[in-house]
Amino acid sequence: MNDFFSTTILIATVASGIRLATPFLLASLGEALGQRSGVLNLGVDGVMLMGAFVAYFVVLKTGNPLIGAAAGILLGMVFGLVYAFITVNLHAEQGVSGIGIYLFGLGMSDLLFQKLVGTPLPIMPFPEIHIPLLADIPIIGPMLFTHSLIVYVAFLLVPAFTLLLNSTTYGMNIRAVGENPAAVDSLGVSVTKVRYSAIIIGNGLAGLAGAALAIELGIFQHNLTNSMGFIAIALVYFGAWRPFGVMAGSLIFGMVAAIVLQGKTLGIIPRSASDLAAMAPAVITIFALVLVANRFKQPAALSKPYERGR
Amino acid sequence: MQEVKSKVTSWLIPIGAVIAALALGAIMLLALGAEPLSGYATMFGAAFGNLKGLSATAMKSIPLLLVGVGICISFRANVINIGGEGQMVMGALWATITALSFPHLDSLMLVPLVLLMGILGGAVWGAIPGALKAYFNVSEILSTIMLNIVAVQIMNYLLRGVLIDPGEIERGTRIPQTARLPETSDLPLLFEGLRVHLGFVIALLAAFAVWVLLWRTALGFKLRSVGLSREAARYAGIPVKRSIITALALSGAMAGLAGAILVFGSESHRMVTDGSSTGFTGSAGFNGIVVALFAGLHPLWSIPSSLLFGGMLVGANALQRAAQVPSALVIALNGLIVVFVVSSEFFRRKLQQHHSARQAIEEDSRLTEENVGS
Repeated sequence: MNDFFSTTILIATVASGIRLATPFLLASLGEALGQRSGVLNLGVDGVMLMGAFVAYFVVLKTGNPLIGAAAGILLGMVFGLVYAFITVNLHAEQGVSGIGIYLFGLGMSDLLFQKLVGTPLPIMPFPEIHIPLLADIPIIGPMLFTHSLIVYVAFLLVPAFTLLLNSTTYGMNIRAVGENPAAVDSLGVSVTKVRYSAIIIGNGLAGLAGAALAIELGIFQHNLTNSMGFIAIALVYFGAWRPFGVMAGSLIFGMVAAIVLQGKTLGIIPRSASDLAAMAPAVITIFALVLVANRFKQPAALSKPYERGR
Repeated sequence: MQEVKSKVTSWLIPIGAVIAALALGAIMLLALGAEPLSGYATMFGAAFGNLKGLSATAMKSIPLLLVGVGICISFRANVINIGGEGQMVMGALWATITALSFPHLDSLMLVPLVLLMGILGGAVWGAIPGALKAYFNVSEILSTIMLNIVAVQIMNYLLRGVLIDPGEIERGTRIPQTARLPETSDLPLLFEGLRVHLGFVIALLAAFAVWVLLWRTALGFKLRSVGLSREAARYAGIPVKRSIITALALSGAMAGLAGAILVFGSESHRMVTDGSSTGFTGSAGFNGIVVALFAGLHPLWSIPSSLLFGGMLVGANALQRAAQVPSALVIALNGLIVVFVVSSEFFRRKLQQHHSARQAIEEDSRLTEENVGS
């Protein structure tokens, strides 16, 4: 294998790793926001599936991936509204009600697909955007700066969320509500409003994550996400609730997936070994959970409904 | 009398939640162009209307019931086990490997042996997140989810590798499935001509055993105490860490047994993977949670509950054939039922608070009267 060939492969693998990391990143950033406000959402996978279907369907009908992505976000926000009502107003047990959302999304997306589409037709993917100048840098350019809009958006959200959480009043409120809602309430800030907004934005991102996946792959099928949403939840812990940590976790999952995929197409790794490789991120996450659990505290009010005077 | 009344109302609310979910399902049926009433009639007729249907319903209810009673154990100990899927897969794998290793054992030996290995496989896969929770404070919700993913990959690896049917390699089709398992490991049928097998009886016995465990043994008392308040349990000298591990291991054991029964009671008598856990379990690892919640986390109520949800799965297939309504409807409906039942807890609590407040007022006024009287 000569140098030119291996460089091409390296570039392709890293670029596809970044693409594959994007849905993880969007979904886990959304989940992180919700958890920072004290609400655990285990339904991410279901919301992603619904977002994926709706985006697929809209692109199929309109031929415009951007409208599809917007539809994914909108659908996620509707799910967020419902989930906020269940958890914030009705104080539902968050570990379990999320599973309900997941099952609903799993069944509903399949049902709608079979009823409205039936035979899977490929859809228009996002156009690639080459960032002027930066894309021309050798090696780094094609790796980092020749992606679709959604990839750039996802990675730009990382510093944006960091800024939001650390340097804005709204971000402070989110964090405070996740740590000590009673104190926030006593200052006259509405716990309900802060949590509602965090959950709605978070679920909107989960919807977008599903849309990104479906549009990137150009298809929809039953259980398209195959537990990606659940991994996204774990990545929040992996990243210790910090946007950059979440990004690191997403990149690990994306890169491993890309390497497995690349290895398979080149025939370097046998199929069976790729199953084991696919297991690696989950195992790494378990170890990371052990480390994180001892070093970083989760938001103190996580998955605890707030009731005034209790 | 008062007691009875409050019990009735506390039951009415979850039932109301299910009716609400079914009403939403009816709207969905309408939207899909099917007559809701006749749709539901088709479903329940197919599931409970004849012997074949009842047999199919019983078959579908087996994994739901086993996972469900496992969930009863862990949720009662306030440990959220989302790992039913992975525990089913691991139980099935341990059992399958055992059956392939000892093909010459006779049925009386092999059937109990493979079921036991299923139980063990699931128990180990449950004990791991238990230990992570107890000793490293890792949220069991996350570790069980991660272990689901690990279990699926182990299954894919083994079924594509060492466990693959040699015939698949010869033919070059390479479908990831085992050879037909030894006939002596087949679960005996209960009735001539019906598919329902010994697994159903085992599941019923397991439900009863879990009830005994939770309410008639010291271990069950400990687990429930830990569930009510970890602090209080610790103060009372109950080993909380060990109880958490035990709860998850027992919960996993039930799911593992479900996985084993799924393999040895299957029509093909092979273990097959389509690459996902849903493909093997039919989402029973999740739907078992629905069954247990609907049964109020009571192992004996889980029996009718599992039959209901098993019947819905059978009915959905019939509906798909009769009215072209995709059977995925039932999964969506199950999701709605979870959401509704969990949310209805709020109203039940409110009602209870209201009730005890009124009792306190009555008690108070009675005492006042007595004091005035004396």
